[in-house]
Amino acid sequence: MSSDNLLSSLLAGDTDPAANGGFTDHPPRMGFFTDTSVCIGCKACEVACKEWNHVPEDGLNFTGMSYDNTIGLGADTWRHVAFIEQRKPIAGQIAGVQHADVGSPAVDAAGSDLRWLMASDVCKHCTHAACLDVCPTGSLFRTEFGTVVVQEDICNGCGYCIPACPYGVIDQREDDGRAWKCTLCYDRLEVGLEPACAKACPTDSIQFGPLDELRERAAQRVEKLHEAGVTDARLYGHDPNDGVGGDGAFFLLLDEPEVYGLPPDPVVTTRDLPSMWKHVGVAALTMAVGVVAAFAGGRRS
Amino acid sequence: MSTSDVTKDGLQGVRPGRDAMIGVAAGRENGARASRRRGGERSMVPEAKFSSYYGKPVLNAPVWKAPDIAGYFFLGGLSGAASVLGACASATGRPGLAKASKVGAFVSISLGMVGLVHDLGKPSRFVNMLRVFKPTSPMSVGSWALAAYGPAAGTAAFSAVTGRMKGLGALATGTAAAFGPFIASYTAALMCDTAVPSWHEAYREMPFVFVGSAATAAGGLGMLAAPIDEAGPARRAAAFGAALEFAAAQSLTGRLDEPLSDPYHKGTSGQRLKISEALTAFGAVGSMLLGRRSRAAAVVSGLALLAGSALSRFAIFEAGMLSANDPEHTVRPQRERLNRNSANG
Repeated sequence: MSSDNLLSSLLAGDTDPAANGGFTDHPPRMGFFTDTSVCIGCKACEVACKEWNHVPEDGLNFTGMSYDNTIGLGADTWRHVAFIEQRKPIAGQIAGVQHADVGSPAVDAAGSDLRWLMASDVCKHCTHAACLDVCPTGSLFRTEFGTVVVQEDICNGCGYCIPACPYGVIDQREDDGRAWKCTLCYDRLEVGLEPACAKACPTDSIQFGPLDELRERAAQRVEKLHEAGVTDARLYGHDPNDGVGGDGAFFLLLDEPEVYGLPPDPVVTTRDLPSMWKHVGVAALTMAVGVVAAFAGGRRS
Repeated sequence: MSTSDVTKDGLQGVRPGRDAMIGVAAGRENGARASRRRGGERSMVPEAKFSSYYGKPVLNAPVWKAPDIAGYFFLGGLSGAASVLGACASATGRPGLAKASKVGAFVSISLGMVGLVHDLGKPSRFVNMLRVFKPTSPMSVGSWALAAYGPAAGTAAFSAVTGRMKGLGALATGTAAAFGPFIASYTAALMCDTAVPSWHEAYREMPFVFVGSAATAAGGLGMLAAPIDEAGPARRAAAFGAALEFAAAQSLTGRLDEPLSDPYHKGTSGQRLKISEALTAFGAVGSMLLGRRSRAAAVVSGLALLAGSALSRFAIFEAGMLSANDPEHTVRPQRERLNRNSANG
């Protein structure tokens, strides 16, 4: 493998992140499959996460955004349930016909045209994680499970990871200065437990397991929903060939990703870094030559 | 608290506009756009629709503070270019320009580094910057470069002011001049290596904008602090920097599509960039016409160039903040890219 190929495999495309991180003998890559078609918006995941991880309270606000007063992911919100009210019937569904066999979201049999989307968002634990790439201290690291975790005893609060994340996940805790985000319950994984949010989810909307298995299960679920007429169902973050090399935490959505506040086609910013360094090099040289030429050009007046 | 009542005749006193219709299907436009329109601005072009989650940003905006970080972009650029200017001035027998540039380089990089440490969430842990070396992190590479450059710039300045340690001073001058161009330019990669759309998509031109702005500032400092008869190269370096920055900025705003180009020519950031360009042009033209005749003109031109360079960095910083906080900047280019790709099969 030439150095160029090695570099590009580290910065983009399908790859084994734990192996790239230096783990030779590691467990399978673990992740989340969040099936939003069965989310009931109970926020048990949000609560379980806060409790288990000792995530502090970050303001009790009333937003008027349906049932969402959490607003979005940040330093003190590692699971966020989005609520979206739409004047749109569930695609292909006929009033009075039950789809109990696929467990699709309930609609009013009398023919309501309101659909209420709920989705629990979380850190994507990207295959190519920009937050990890740009962290100058090595505080952010890749675990043996292929997940991305902040070592809080090292983070110096430089804040670089925050605008690097294409999903708006990681953020700075105000009274503390360090960056915080979902650890995929690294402490629980190490002793064979599933993450707190998945454990608390009453409908199995949040499913935890080896990523390979989850991707298979998700593909079957989408197929089943399509057969049942829910043609809006689509997977998000499942594709290892997308701009971040696939997410460790991916989703089944019932509308465009941006409707849920997710970027429709995220790309890890460091994919372009080799080109950025080249441009910096040429610019630096241009300046050096220009300033030196300013001396060569004229006589001493 | 609900303001509506349920009566036999239906709902009374319902507040309008509370139906949270989100998404392409609902045909809802973005909240930020809607409020912009309420501000009285009307577009003749039908606005492209895009969806967002209640108009909330997709990204988390940088937590960097402008005086620290935009200030460092300016001071680091000034310092890096001044080190090159100072070394050349030493080599060509211009002691006044050399001393001014070397002292200026050391003072500005010191102030810049104070800003960097101050901006950390945990300033006491600044030394963790040298815990690892990561080529994938421009901030890590920059920290190591600063660790070499800072002491060199300090030694060069010390030697130039006191006239002692001439050999070490010359070595330090050379080292600082070797690192200077990188110190002036890596900050562009640092800034563009983020998901902030108006920064990231500008990564090809931004290093040239930054080094142009750096040369302008260092030239301005040379005019300000060095004797007129030694400041010729400073004037030419400033003119070169101004031309480079202007050309790179034109190419940048010309290449970016809206909405990503908007912060560079609209709003407060756009206005500041225009003022910056005017100051830089005034300083460059003034110095070339009058700089060698009048001390006052050299000082005024030098100040204008320094101010223009600083304002340019603050404006570009502000442009990124606007871009990060606007969901349209994140969603629209990505959605258009997806649509293009699916149209191409």
